[in-house]
Amino acid sequence: MPALPLHSAGPYVAGAYVVFFAIILIYVAIMATKLVRSERTLAELTELARQRHASQDDDPQ
Amino acid sequence: MYGKGLRSLSLITAGAVTLTLAAVFFWAPNATYGFLEKILYLHVPLAIITLCGFVAAGLMAVAHLHTRDERWDMRSYVAIHISLIFGIAVLLSGSIWARGAWGHWWVWQEPTLVSFLLIMLLYATYQPLRFAIEDPERQARYASVFAITAGVFVPVCFGIVRLSPAYVHPRTLDNISGNLPGRMQVVFYLSMVSMTLLWVTLWKFEMTAKHVAAQLRQLRRALGEDHDDAPARRSAAPSLSRIASPN
Repeated sequence: MPALPLHSAGPYVAGAYVVFFAIILIYVAIMATKLVRSERTLAELTELARQRHASQDDDPQ
Repeated sequence: MYGKGLRSLSLITAGAVTLTLAAVFFWAPNATYGFLEKILYLHVPLAIITLCGFVAAGLMAVAHLHTRDERWDMRSYVAIHISLIFGIAVLLSGSIWARGAWGHWWVWQEPTLVSFLLIMLLYATYQPLRFAIEDPERQARYASVFAITAGVFVPVCFGIVRLSPAYVHPRTLDNISGNLPGRMQVVFYLSMVSMTLLWVTLWKFEMTAKHVAAQLRQLRRALGEDHDDAPARRSAAPSLSRIASPN
């Protein structure tokens, strides 16, 4: 098959690269969502540790 | 600590990918297939890195079975996960290439395409296999056996395809016939380096995320928020609680 002219090959090339970067972006977005969840858990645990620390300070017994 | 050096690695990867894209579109000459060949600088390195990732996952699984260290199971699991993501991009970019170059979205007579699809289908069973086994230790052991067997199958399968006389797939790494001359070869190897860096960065990124999640779970347990006797949620991912130790 002869080489496609630029105006015909362009959409294929663009399509391949867009698909690749879209897949990588979706993956990174999913990982970012998990990171946000981890951050939220960390905030909860920090708050819990702070409350326990405060209650220990209030009640030295 | 998997996050160590992740920032510098990400910056290097971003630089390498940008440089590769610039070289592909502004420096590499067009040959037989004209502008359409730009797809090959993405598709072929991606395919090679995907297959190398599967083989690497097999080697990590060997280390898991040898040492019984659950961290190797996690490394193997993440390697297969990243390679599957790359593999999807390979199938889609390959299909787009086939449509542009050969006029069809898929060519069943082409052994390289079909063997890659077979390998992807094989690895698509990895996660369901893990999910089907409830006991974490047995899950890790069976998954490692799968990763090793499939990891051996990958080079064998492609070795056989290379020997097939009927192939019509363009051979990119064939220096004897000289079908990748001069600047094209430089750009191709640059793309190989970029894709390898991208794979390693994403692997490290996911390992860091898994490690952080494991440490959080351990912290939750230490604070008495999570109980050991509570029934564990079934998951295809390796048991996080047992890999949270440092190193």
